[in-house]
Amino acid sequence: MSLLETLRSGLEAILGHRLRSALTVLGILIGIAAVILTVGLGEGATSSVNSSIASLGTNLLIVTPGSSSSNGVQGGFGSDTTLTYANAKDLASRIDCPDVDAVAPTSITSANVTAGTKNWTTLVVGTTASWPNVRSRTLAVGTFFSATQVKNQDNVAVLGATTAEKLGLGSNALGETIDIDNVPLTVIGVLAPQGSLGGTNEDDMVLLPITLAQSQILGSDSVQIIFLKADSQGTLGAAYTEATDELLSLHQISTPSKADFTITSQSSIEATATSVDSALTLLLAGIAAISLLVGGIGVMNIMLVSVTERRREIGLRKALGATPSAIRRQFLVEASVLGLAGGVLGSGFGALVATVLPHFVSTTIAIEWWAVAGSIGVALAIGLSFGVYPATRAARLTPMEALRSE
Amino acid sequence: MARVPLESTQTPGFESVSVKPGERNPAEPAQPGAASPIVELVDIHKRYQTGVLSVDALRGVSLRIDEGEFVAIIGPSGSGKSTLMHILGCLDHPSSGSYYLAGVDVSDMDEAQLADVRNRRIGFVFQQFNLLTGLTACRNVELPLVYAGVDRRMRKQRALASLARVDLVNRSEHRPNELSGGQQQRVAVARALVNEPTLVLADEPTGNLDSSSAADVLGLLCELHRSGRTVVLITHDAQTANTAQRVVRLKDGLIQSDEATSLGGPRT
Repeated sequence: MSLLETLRSGLEAILGHRLRSALTVLGILIGIAAVILTVGLGEGATSSVNSSIASLGTNLLIVTPGSSSSNGVQGGFGSDTTLTYANAKDLASRIDCPDVDAVAPTSITSANVTAGTKNWTTLVVGTTASWPNVRSRTLAVGTFFSATQVKNQDNVAVLGATTAEKLGLGSNALGETIDIDNVPLTVIGVLAPQGSLGGTNEDDMVLLPITLAQSQILGSDSVQIIFLKADSQGTLGAAYTEATDELLSLHQISTPSKADFTITSQSSIEATATSVDSALTLLLAGIAAISLLVGGIGVMNIMLVSVTERRREIGLRKALGATPSAIRRQFLVEASVLGLAGGVLGSGFGALVATVLPHFVSTTIAIEWWAVAGSIGVALAIGLSFGVYPATRAARLTPMEALRSE
Repeated sequence: MARVPLESTQTPGFESVSVKPGERNPAEPAQPGAASPIVELVDIHKRYQTGVLSVDALRGVSLRIDEGEFVAIIGPSGSGKSTLMHILGCLDHPSSGSYYLAGVDVSDMDEAQLADVRNRRIGFVFQQFNLLTGLTACRNVELPLVYAGVDRRMRKQRALASLARVDLVNRSEHRPNELSGGQQQRVAVARALVNEPTLVLADEPTGNLDSSSAADVLGLLCELHRSGRTVVLITHDAQTANTAQRVVRLKDGLIQSDEATSLGGPRT
């Protein structure tokens, strides 16, 4: 009996029990759709986290005040004042830290900004001329302030795209005057939009020379974050060591474990984000795998019922000349077709949900072709492997035993 | 191909059968000039063993059926006629004894070989019709040809020809539940004929039919006989058995009598 004929008999049998077949397929379908969506969600989350982290710049080191492990208690963000603008200048020294390319200290506060009749509360960031280079940011219009302007404490400001819009300074912001705590500032540039990273909107901020910010607005010379840019990804490790040693000696700390600052790298943030992410993905994948297993058991159950219920048919087919292997093949084909149908429909359903869901929930679902192909393959394999036992039982029935049953 | 173990058919007392000296080897041609035997049963025993209970269903049956004969096997329930039918149909193995079907010893064949013998040599008609409900009459009739590996166009052609012989060609696309009992049994007869079998085995073919349909089906079997086919009819009903040319009476696993009916010529 040819494979084509076996397939035809299998399909006839499946279509002959429509409801039962549909329910079996549904079991596999749900499992496969769950797998597709799990993988898609995981991939979507990973890629969005990775792209936002990568936007930080791959050569970036982030120095924050306070030790992450000091007495097991970590102060709130910016509560420590151990880092200063002077520290940042020392880190920028090529003699002390040869692998550090550029340094951008940031003094940050939240303040009300006014422009004409409009006002907007936003992040006010005092920094140096290297900030765009260190943070890999570009300007939509105008220029960033220069080192000279920083040194001279010029009253200039660069706006984030959102801030400019909120202050009603859309496209012609250049040359306009804004006001922070009665300090007038001339807008000399607007940043190109970036998006948000970890809850911080990178487009809503006002940047001004750190010297001006510290003397006129903050009244303190402490900085909250120093961004360091290494020459390349390869020298990131060296830059990390140099920066640590330099800060330890500047702060006169001999034991590295008692450091009053923390240096993290973009890759360590990425690793944390990815590991949280992969743990979640693993959990979801586990649930999906269990649902697939249940689907497979469903196939086996239905096939066993089918074998019992179709004893007469099996007996008749044998009486008419079906060999045991022909019967086994027929049931294997039936189980595989059920599995395959579940796989194809489940992938389709998963893809449909992946297309529709982002319109209602803010999430990214990346449907990967390998996940689809793999799922269909797995569904087929599940149908086949859970069909082996029922098919063997069917093949072993002796014709008269099968014919005799009522 | 995996060989399936033969379950419950080989009792511990099973002996392999060989032709004893002095006996005619039925595999060789019989007396020249005589009709060639289609069925040759030599001392067939069948014992069913369930736990400690064992039942001797057949206790030494020897029977020869020649080509073109129409034989009825009759007996009350428990007489062993169903067992005999299963052995004749190669659906079961004898516990001991030899069975030559068209000169070939089939008593030692494995499942796959027997499947092939059933496919090519035997056409079954069952009491329950045993048509597959999901398939059209034509597809049902085609089934033996599917297992014989006949290609699709040829199958259809032969199935329709076979349906024409039972006068149901206009019902070829109907499913069994759209046919009357008599029509279903005629489809089953068409299926039994489609592979041009050496032997047609009808097991209580009229048991589930009303009298007019029963007469119809019996008439069909007589017609097959007249066209030269070998037909074996298993029944418990003496009147039905009298349709045949020869009646073999079974009782308690033994042949009680073997006589020609008024329809058949004298049997020597």
